[in-house]
Parts: sequence; structure tokens; C-alpha cells
Amino acid sequence: MTTQAASAQAAAVRERPTTGLWRDAWGRLLKNRLAILGLFLVITLLFLGVFGPLIAPYPYSQQDLKAVLAGGHGPLPPGSPGHILGTDQLGRDLLSRLLDGARISVSVAFVVQIVIIVIGVPIGAIAGWFGGRTDNVLMRFTDIIYAFPDLLFIILLSVAFRETVFGQALDGLLLVFIAIGITSWVTVARLVRGQMLALKETEFVEAARAIGVSDRKIVTRHLLPNGMGPIIVAITLGIPAAILAEATLAYIGIGVQPPRASWGSLIAEGQKFIRSEPHLVTFPAIAIALALIGFTFLGDGLRDALDPKLKGKQ
Amino acid sequence: MSAADDTMTEPEAPSIIEVSPDDARRTQTPTEPRADSGRKADKLLTVRNLSTHFFTPDGVVQAVDDVSFELGYGETLGLVGESGCGKSVTALSIARLVPNPPGRIVAGEVIFDGIDVLKMNDDEMRHLRGKEIGFIFQDPLTSLNPTLTIGYQIAESIREHMGLSSAAAKDRVAELLGKVGIPRAKDRLNDYPHQFSGGMRQRVMIAIALACDPKLILADEPTTALDVTIQAQILELIERLSDEFHTAVLMITHDLGIAAGMCDRVNVMYAGRIVETATVDELFERPRMPYTWGLLDSLPRLDDVRGDRLRTIEGLPPLLIQPPDACRFEPRCRFARDICREDEPELTERGAAHYARCWATQPDGWIP
Repeated sequence: MTTQAASAQAAAVRERPTTGLWRDAWGRLLKNRLAILGLFLVITLLFLGVFGPLIAPYPYSQQDLKAVLAGGHGPLPPGSPGHILGTDQLGRDLLSRLLDGARISVSVAFVVQIVIIVIGVPIGAIAGWFGGRTDNVLMRFTDIIYAFPDLLFIILLSVAFRETVFGQALDGLLLVFIAIGITSWVTVARLVRGQMLALKETEFVEAARAIGVSDRKIVTRHLLPNGMGPIIVAITLGIPAAILAEATLAYIGIGVQPPRASWGSLIAEGQKFIRSEPHLVTFPAIAIALALIGFTFLGDGLRDALDPKLKGKQ
Repeated sequence: MSAADDTMTEPEAPSIIEVSPDDARRTQTPTEPRADSGRKADKLLTVRNLSTHFFTPDGVVQAVDDVSFELGYGETLGLVGESGCGKSVTALSIARLVPNPPGRIVAGEVIFDGIDVLKMNDDEMRHLRGKEIGFIFQDPLTSLNPTLTIGYQIAESIREHMGLSSAAAKDRVAELLGKVGIPRAKDRLNDYPHQFSGGMRQRVMIAIALACDPKLILADEPTTALDVTIQAQILELIERLSDEFHTAVLMITHDLGIAAGMCDRVNVMYAGRIVETATVDELFERPRMPYTWGLLDSLPRLDDVRGDRLRTIEGLPPLLIQPPDACRFEPRCRFARDICREDEPELTERGAAHYARCWATQPDGWIP
């Protein structure tokens, strides 16, 4: 076909880098301004979540009683000396508490998604790959979970386990992780199943079977990577939902235990002073909004990047 | 390969079944001819009374109905016929890849290298596929996984079946890619399928099929999706490599020209049955079945007058749900008589190793 000389010459000419799906997608993502904004917000949130306590001026539960007493027995307004964002009625620094809230939100965002992946992907993959009776049983189970009233289930769960070791673990966060996780894997399971059903009929899967690749490898090496795009998008868009769910629970007093500060519980405490000291509600609300916007923009950007054909639709 | 080659013996050749250090060495020198001592039967493949049916809501489709044929070691056998006459399903049945449900092999035997494939369990079957039987599919554009590199996909069956170290597997992959005529093979291992043209992808598919040095390659219309010049290159490649690796080929095609160029024997299939079988020369010189005449007549010719319409066989193949006990080609046959509508002819001898299924061309028939 080729002579030695020709191939040597060709090798010298060839400097073209290998492009793959992920590199292409990354390129498209970088061209999307909203996605970059989202990415920036997400990275900021991650940074604050991880390093927040190091940046925070005070521990989240430390009270500055002198300042509160001097200021007239109420929350200090933003811009007070030593407290940029003010304090709550107990003299706890709002900035420090918001940073603790960021840590809680980040941990909820990621741990819940891990729970969802661990439950949802295998169930969807098994249902889609085996089909038939297995599919039927797993999908009816999924339907039952889907039809369950999420909030009611989570409230019942946390009330039932509140006093146990399990309920107290990680300041009550473990319960929140699990409760939100087991009510929200359904979407991912259905998505994975759909991907499996579509992809298992493709010819490259038939070709893989024809060379004796095992079922497990076909699913993990051939099917899942091909169906990865929509799964990643669903998981990214699931993060704001999880953050919002945690904040909602904290707002109604479920989940993270005081004195830890979830953004939801900050709003709940702050609303008593909403007329005199609105910053106690505004700042946590802004924090929640920015986090949700960040993940949503990033998720939309990822969808456009991973599946360019979809762009402009929906 | 002729029958004479089949009986030739080569002393001192390593066994090709047991995995041994010798095996690893052998895989790096696939050019040495396959050893006869590894043969476990007279014929590499014996298909006996194979019936594969599809159970659909409309009824049972008898896609392959009582098909029998043999394929010798290193031989190339053509399976020719129109779309939907059971060629692909026959090949899929041999590798037990018929989608189930709705398909099922309901009867028959497939003896591959002395072992009944239909009695194997799933695990044994998985080790047969890819290692002993390679598959080349029709459409190379969709038969490669777009998210995996070419190198990974070729190495897949090597890793699965040969247990080579990853460095040795990589060398083998590069060697295979070179053999199928991909220039700068080593540089292209990390490329993805979309960086290859259709013809190159089919070359990659051939490399995958040959990766474990199989005894049989099932080529299911390997050139249908390619243009004519590439088609010729690919066919030449399959022919050359099957000689070099001493691999038997079951060549499925609807193009008699391809069969004429590549095969030792040809089976003509119609409506789930073999209607004529003969050596290539015999089939083209003395076809004894009106369907084969129709296929031959449908080929465009160099001496065709410009502007003339291409010739076709009038009508369509019958539905294979409860076919009548009659000649299945009868509704489209110009020579049909009453007996053709009343009884189905058997596959009977017309010459040396030449069989046809037709009342009219039998010795006492009405076509001499």
C-alpha cells in the first residue's frame, strides 16, 4: 500500500490532533456565553463550598453579643463594623453563615447526584438491556416511586428517623441526602433505559456481539458512553433541583440541624425580621438564586454542546 | 481452496485450539498457513436442515426453511439471492445472533469444526464468536462504535479471546491495520471512526473480523454500502487475506458478479430455501433453475444497448408466512406448469455436485 518513505513523510506531515466527542463538546461549551457564566458561578460555588470555612471571618455559630447589645438588641445591618453582611438576632455573622450554607448546598448537590447515579443508572441499564419481564418489573417499580408524593415522603422519613443515629448523622444531612436521592433517581433511570433501548439495536452493538464481547462490557463500554450526553445533562440539571429541595426542607425545619445554617433555614429565621432587616432574607435568597442559575445555565450549555442537533429546539 | 488442498497435511504445525505459549507466538505470525492437525471434521461447517422462524403478530415467518449446505476449510462459499430470501438470517443463525424474540432457530444442526453450535451454552458461544467465527457487516458506517477508538475496537476481541498483554495486543492491532491496507497504521490507532472513510471503515471491520485469526468469516454483503471502485478493493482484500490466513468465507451477496469473482461454490437462495447449488463455473455455465436464469439475466451487460431498460424478474418474493406446498418461485416463473402449483420439487442432482430445485429441469422435465 505505502512505501517506507511515503509513510515516513506522511508521519512528518501529520500533526493534526485527535478530536473526539468530548473535545468537540468542550469547544462548543466554551463558545456559549451563558454556559461560561454558569460554569463560573458553579466553580465559585464549589470553591466557596470547599474553602468557605477558611475564608469566613468567624465560625458560623459564633455570637458577637457585644455588638448586638450595643446595636439595640436586634440583628445588625449590612456594613456594620466587623460584619460586612450584618448579623442575625443572635449576633452570628451572616457572611460566615452563608458560607456554611454554601458548603451544605454543594454537598447536597453532589452527594444526591451520586445517590441518583448509583440507583438510577443500574436500574435503567438493566431494564433497557434485558427488556421483557425484567424491564416491566423495574419500570413499574419506577412508576410507583415517581407517583409517590416526594415532599410527604421526605417529611415522613425525617420525622421517623429524627431521633435515631441515622437521622442525626452529619448534622441531619445524611437523611436529607438519602431522602432526596431516593425520590429523584426516577428521571435518570428512565433516561438511561431509553438510551439503552435505542442503542442496543444499533449495528455496532450487533458487531460487538458478533465478536463475542460480554454483555457487561457491551453495556459499560459501548452503550453507556454513547448514551452519556443526555445522562450528564440530566444530572447537571438535577443539581439545582436537589439544592432547591434541600433549601425547601430546611425552610420548613427539616433536615440540617441548628446551629448549622442552610440557606433555607437562614431564610426561615430571617423572615421574622423581614420588615426591619430584609438583608437576612435577601442575601440567602440571592445565594440560592445564583447557585440555581449557575447549574441551570451550565446544564443547558452542556445539552447544546453534547447534542448540537437539539440546539434551538425546546 | 480446492478439495485437494483440504486433504493436504502439514507436519509439525502447532495446535490451534489450546491456548499455549505457542499460541501467542502464532498470533504474531498469522501468515503461516493454518495447520491441518487442528481440524476436527471433514468440513469446517455443516449446516443440516436449518430452519429459523420469526414469530410475529401476523404469523410465523419461515425466513430460513430446511437449509443444508457444507463449507470446507479455507473454502469460499457464496450465498446469493434477492433481499428477504433468508441469506442474512442463515448467517446470523450460524453465529446464533438471530434476535430472539421474535426469531428462533426451530430445527436443524450447525456443526462448526466438529461441534454442534446450536447445543453450546451462551459462554461457549461467546468464545466461538470473534475467535473462531468473524463477522463482516454490510454497513461499516454504523457497525463501528462512534465513541471508541479504532484501536480499542480492533483490540476488543483480541483482549476478549486471546489474553495478550496490552502491548502485544497493540502490536497485533497495528499489524492488522497494516494488513488491511491502512497507511500509517500505528498513528491511526487512536483515531475515531468518523475520521475514516467508508472504505477504510470496512477495512477496519475486516481487521476486526480477522483479529483472532478465525477459521470462518461470515461476510454479510460486505460491499453493498460502498461505491464500485472501493467495492473491488475490499473484495480483493477479503480474497487475499482469506487466502493468507487460510480462512473460510461465507460470502453473502445479491450480486452474482461478486460471487463469480470470489467463490468456489455458490448456493442460490429463494424464499428461505436453497434452490440451486453448484461450483461457480458450473452455475454460470449450466444454471438449472429459472430463478438463477432470472438473476443472471438481471445483470447489466457490456453489450447492452444504451437506453434499454435493465431486465428484472417480474413480481416479488412470496410472503413466508405459511408458504404453500408448491414451488415457491412458481408465481414468477415463465415455465411453470400444473405440477409446479401442486407439489414442491426436491433439490435433485443435475451434474457433478450440482443440485437444483425445479420440476422443469429434471431429467424428465420439459426444459432439456
